[in-house]
Amino acid sequence: MASTVMIDKAAPTRNPAYGSMSRDRAWALKWSYFFLTLFAIFSLVPPLYMLITSLKSSAEISAATNPWWVFHPTLSNYVGLLTSNQFLTFFRNSVLVSIFVVTITMLISVPAAFALSRMRFWGSATLATGVFLTYLIPDTLLFLPLFKMFAVFGDWTGIQLINRWYVLVVVYPTLTVPFCTWIMIGYFASIPKELDEAAIIDGASWLQTLTRIFIPVALPGIIAATIFAFTVSWAQFLYPLVFTTSTDQLVLPVGIITSLVKGDVFNWGQIMTGALLGAAPPLIIYAFLMDYYIAGLTAGATKG
Amino acid sequence: MVDVAFQPNSVLETRVVRKRASLRTALKRKSTAAFLMTLPLILLVTILVIYPAFYSLHLATLNKSMQRFVGFGNFEFLFKRETFWLVVKQSCIFAITAVVFKALIGFIVAHFVHNVPAKGQRKWRGMLLVPWVIPPAMSTLAWLWLFDPSYSAFNYTLSFFHVGPIAWTGDAYWARFSVILVNIWFGAPFFMILYLASLKSVPEQLYEAAAIDGANWWQRIWYVTLPMMRNIIAITLLFSLIVTFANFDIVRILTAGGPLDHTHIFATWAFRVGIEGGDIPLGASVSLFMFPILAIAAVFILRDINQRGNEA
Amino acid sequence: MADVTLRKVIKRYDEVEAVRGIDLDIADHEFVVLVGPSGCGKSTTLRMIAGLEDITDGDIMIGGDVVNDVPPKDRDIAMVFQNYALYPHMTVAENMSFGLRLKRYPKAEIKTRIDEAARMLDIVELVDRKPKQLSGGQRQRVAMGRAIVRNPKVFLFDEPLSNLDAKLRVQMRIEIKKVHQKVRTTTVYVTHDQVEAMTLADRVVVMNHGRIEQIGTPNDLYHNPATRFVAGFIGSPAMNFMPCRLEDVAGKLNIRLTDRIAFPLPPGRAARYQGVGRNEKLLLGLRPEHITEAKAHPEPGVEAFDAVLDVTEPMGMETLIYFTLEGAQICGRVNPNAGARAGGPLRLAVDLNNMHLLNEVTGVVI
Repeated sequence: MASTVMIDKAAPTRNPAYGSMSRDRAWALKWSYFFLTLFAIFSLVPPLYMLITSLKSSAEISAATNPWWVFHPTLSNYVGLLTSNQFLTFFRNSVLVSIFVVTITMLISVPAAFALSRMRFWGSATLATGVFLTYLIPDTLLFLPLFKMFAVFGDWTGIQLINRWYVLVVVYPTLTVPFCTWIMIGYFASIPKELDEAAIIDGASWLQTLTRIFIPVALPGIIAATIFAFTVSWAQFLYPLVFTTSTDQLVLPVGIITSLVKGDVFNWGQIMTGALLGAAPPLIIYAFLMDYYIAGLTAGATKG
Repeated sequence: MVDVAFQPNSVLETRVVRKRASLRTALKRKSTAAFLMTLPLILLVTILVIYPAFYSLHLATLNKSMQRFVGFGNFEFLFKRETFWLVVKQSCIFAITAVVFKALIGFIVAHFVHNVPAKGQRKWRGMLLVPWVIPPAMSTLAWLWLFDPSYSAFNYTLSFFHVGPIAWTGDAYWARFSVILVNIWFGAPFFMILYLASLKSVPEQLYEAAAIDGANWWQRIWYVTLPMMRNIIAITLLFSLIVTFANFDIVRILTAGGPLDHTHIFATWAFRVGIEGGDIPLGASVSLFMFPILAIAAVFILRDINQRGNEA
Repeated sequence: MADVTLRKVIKRYDEVEAVRGIDLDIADHEFVVLVGPSGCGKSTTLRMIAGLEDITDGDIMIGGDVVNDVPPKDRDIAMVFQNYALYPHMTVAENMSFGLRLKRYPKAEIKTRIDEAARMLDIVELVDRKPKQLSGGQRQRVAMGRAIVRNPKVFLFDEPLSNLDAKLRVQMRIEIKKVHQKVRTTTVYVTHDQVEAMTLADRVVVMNHGRIEQIGTPNDLYHNPATRFVAGFIGSPAMNFMPCRLEDVAGKLNIRLTDRIAFPLPPGRAARYQGVGRNEKLLLGLRPEHITEAKAHPEPGVEAFDAVLDVTEPMGMETLIYFTLEGAQICGRVNPNAGARAGGPLRLAVDLNNMHLLNEVTGVVI
């Protein structure tokens, strides 16, 4: 008797339990969408606000109308910046620095990662750890000694580095190479050992194994590392702020801030346009190569 | 018979000689090649990272004109200044608060993204990572404009709720809040992406097993998700602590340390003292205070990474 | 085409000796299989022949030349790996021709060789695909094709079928045998699967703990194992071992298994074991097919006894039976109609003409 009662009791509660579970799921999903929307708004407000402001004239900005809306859209800010030699110089400097830095970074880190992951030699494990530790040393710890070093270097050799855009080509690799080497070691390590053994038996030298097997196979990793190197050198702010001062030597981030702010006067329309144009290259790369971007991010547990 | 017995011996002898010589050259060749391939890396790191790191130790012991050795003079001077202690306090508040909120928000948002159907995840992830992609110097400008006291979009919006106007960057407390907010905005996506990847790597069967064992959603997070993500959580926290502690861009652009030094952190103050104030040794001394925190975090990270290597 | 010779080859990793002095002569055109449990040094031996591992001591000769210090690419060998090791970014044709292209063979020559190999392996329609688009068996064929186009002196196979499912493994086994019959290249093949070893090899080399236990033809190893290890490793289900001793009963030699069970030895065997000490601890080795149901008119040397079965496994054409004797589990093969039933008694017969007698301490077959 008792057991029948138990079963009777259990049976009716069971079906609603299933029902409530799927109802829970539906609610969870609704709440997820709600909060995701909130967070997406939070994430996208600053860039959207850049866009809104960049389409306004100075008059509209100072008129204190609804800041979230453009009443008289104009491209004058864009025209103004893109025809200004100064801005184009910043842009050119940024492009040059980034291209050089990315090239140097890949030339240094890919062979190094290959040697560290495949050609075990004395001290290679220590070196790999050392590379990782270097990556943890921030730019804010090094900018003062580097500034002094470059000044002394200039006095000794007569080669002026301070206030030249190419000084950035010298220092940026310290930010990009350790991380790129680190993630490339990871990518190379995931290539099965048999693949290079097969290549060796096929008669490939170490260099051929690297160029004809490893680089093509680890191409996703190389793309991720390239994107990382580009993003870092495009976004770096402290080094150019410290090492360059003349307007013809500045890169975008510093250029926009130092040249568009005239005294206490903020020309917000132009500043936002410049910021948006400065943010555009990484955003465009991100839009097209998001998966590589994220792969690089997760591969090394990047700075955050 | 004699021939047969003799031949292997002669082969053996010539082999020993040849083996020694060629083995050595072969070893030499391989490790030489490997060394040459890592040489640019070694040079770069030695000249532009390790040397300057030690050079800054040396710089910190000099006087302002860098001609006289003052020992710990710079540090003694710093310890006596109120601003220095303010900077220490603010750096700690800034780093800890920002990191905790970045991690929390990242963790929560990662769960929300994980919750929605797989098809839509890409889209959400794409939007939520945008803050991380924009160069911080550029996005901080947008924040500065959003915070603008007279034409501020935020204050305009808040006025509809009869709140404010708020001096976002003018008041010491609000300014601290603002720099932390921007830092969270910039850094949370990083946590979100890593936690999302980590969430996806937890086998679905574990949750099913836990559900069958009668665990509710909270118990599932506590007993399944968190233990599985422990490693990645530790690493991201330490990483972020290092980077946030050493942050420069956001504070520099948003407040430049003001008002009245109430948002300065080590990096911005070192810049103010060293570059703008022209006292490189004092600036170097300030930035050296970042080192202990970095070293401690690095030790823990290294331990975690080694553990990860051993597990694999 | 060449013979391969190993002389006192030793491989030491720091403290561990993986290969402890191997002597092996492989004739031209021969198909030799190295078989043994994991960690027995068979793969290390193969990799030393390939030149992927340095030799600590000893000599390896290919085609009469000592190749100890010759790098792999100059040894004129080809290797097939367990995980195929196909270059993922190259098509099948590019995979097969990579070695030839590195050696700057003329294009026409490369093409003929690829065509020939592709036809031999029945992968003609796959040559433009990438490895990702291939099934496991197809990848295995491509890996073999890559070896064949090189036309090397020696083929080396490192557990090439381990990643395939059981059915495909049987199929590829036959494929490998066919290829060898066509190209006749000297082949060294490593596997842990004794069935593969038996079916493929001209000669099988059984290895254990870095040493060679026995070398012989498959039939030789099966019927005349030299040691307990070989006897137990070759054959499935494995050979049964029962503790026993010899005793003289009325001028005849008996083998006593338990207090109750003892069998007279057939005359041929009795003569062979006459010199063995009567108190020595011995093992009787009997393959399952030599433990069957008792027949009405047994042949000479076949002795009957009763057993209670623990488990029966009907296989269709036969039934495997398991029973316990002095704590040891014994397996026999009986006719499906013999009435074998778990928990039930059955009268069984042992064929002592095919018995092996082993020294329990040394493990040597007497």
